Amino acid sequence: MTDRSKFIIENLNAYWSDVQVLRSININIVSNKILGIIGPSGSGKTVFLRTLNRLNDLVPEIRIDGRILLDGKDIYDPDVDPVELRKKIGIVFALPIPLPASIHDNVIYGPSLSGIRNRHKLDELVEKSLKSAFLWDEVRDRLTTSAMRLSGGQQQRLCLARILAMEPDVIMLDEPCSGLDPISTSQIESALTELKKEYTIILVTNNTKQAARVADNTAFFLMNEMIEYGPTDVIFTVPRDKRTIDYITGRFG
Amino acid sequence: MMKLFSEKSIKKALTVIAFSAIAALLLIVVFIILEGLPFIFKVGISDFLFSSEWEPQMGRFGIFPMIIGSLVVTLGSMIVGIPLALSGAIFLSEFVPRWAMRIIKPTIELLAGIPSVVYGFIGVMVLAPLIRDYLGGPGLSILAASIILGIMILPTILSISIDSLKAVPQSYREGAFALGATHWQTIHMAVLPAAKSGIIAGIILGLGRAIGETMAVIMVTGNAVILPKSPLYSVRTLTANIALEMGYATGMHRQSLFATGVILLIIIMVLNYTATIAIRRRVGKK
Repeated sequence: MTDRSKFIIENLNAYWSDVQVLRSININIVSNKILGIIGPSGSGKTVFLRTLNRLNDLVPEIRIDGRILLDGKDIYDPDVDPVELRKKIGIVFALPIPLPASIHDNVIYGPSLSGIRNRHKLDELVEKSLKSAFLWDEVRDRLTTSAMRLSGGQQQRLCLARILAMEPDVIMLDEPCSGLDPISTSQIESALTELKKEYTIILVTNNTKQAARVADNTAFFLMNEMIEYGPTDVIFTVPRDKRTIDYITGRFG
Repeated sequence: MMKLFSEKSIKKALTVIAFSAIAALLLIVVFIILEGLPFIFKVGISDFLFSSEWEPQMGRFGIFPMIIGSLVVTLGSMIVGIPLALSGAIFLSEFVPRWAMRIIKPTIELLAGIPSVVYGFIGVMVLAPLIRDYLGGPGLSILAASIILGIMILPTILSISIDSLKAVPQSYREGAFALGATHWQTIHMAVLPAAKSGIIAGIILGLGRAIGETMAVIMVTGNAVILPKSPLYSVRTLTANIALEMGYATGMHRQSLFATGVILLIIIMVLNYTATIAIRRRVGKK
């Protein structure tokens, strides 16, 4: 199977007021693979992720230039509706933020925004998404209870399920396991490994071992630049750049 | 040693001050009840509350029209004030850039600083004639009072609502946006539910102001002791009743005004209590 590009990013720069927070990023993100993005805090990983679904549009201080092509189409074209774009590119945040509603209603929130009203179809979506997020068995008999009652790990998987229910093209995760215990973390990782058959996945993580475990390709960000990008086994065994070696071996700073 | 001593004496002083504030409140409540309650039992609770005849000189003390008057005027001011305040708060907190907000919000809060007699004056000179000319009736009416009071409570509800909308974490909004919600869907589904208890608190404060307002209400309601049949009727509120007659009331009449105060107090307490329960239930649901 030949690798198909989902995102082609050319010469992407981003500025927060006058400070440059991304410096000429060039990267091809491959379909149906997991891209791991590693790097220390403040290296620009999150800003990068948020430019991909135009969530940075909500922050007036941020300005970007460069080209981001999704399936060959520039997502910053004037005729692209950011609301529609965000439906295709789901994001899971570091802190799970369920809506103050039941588990069931949280999952169907996205689809019902898109106008799906058929009850049968929605129920199917709930079951399918919760199964894919490895949460179904734990909540199947209490779908009507408040999502706020779930544990942190369950809430994070619920947020993943909520994204899956929108049937997006791309799933982005911004340090999804930073607040989770090892068991919840491994559940999320198993889910991701399954999900890449259907989706393109971008995983930003502070935990280099996590990238080594699940990512097919890995990009290393440092000081607002992408230092190195390649297949995960190459990055973790024979990286080209000394800074990459220092970071993944923990010798940094 | 010295430090410990001053630490303790400050704590004591603060405790005394805090309790004297509570004591003042308690004294007022006790005084009103002591003056009013015996009267209510003398006249009979049902006669006092549910009779429509208010002729103190003849010994008839029915405050039913005034109770209805207070409730109707308060309700009217809510109908005028809440939609204005809420839509204003949403617009200002979600759609207006920060620099504009810094100008607009203090301006609105300035509205709260206008003395109520000025509101009443505008009501009498401008609003009442307009209502009389275009809608009929005496002009000084429930409608006029509702509009004037609705504007008076606007700054209270608006600025508290803005504060609670602004306090909703940005991450809530981003969570909804990330699910493909439009701006309005985000406000409706994520921001408003999160800010709800603050908004309700603002409405309660506005409610308290509306039902307790006296000066503007005396000026624009017309003060007729009758049961209104439409918003164009003139009414008298409980507060207006006390203020209008206290100057010359003696004996039983004077006591009846204290009794009116007791009823007003109870109504306000019941409203506050139900509102607090409403907040608690909403928060509990989350």
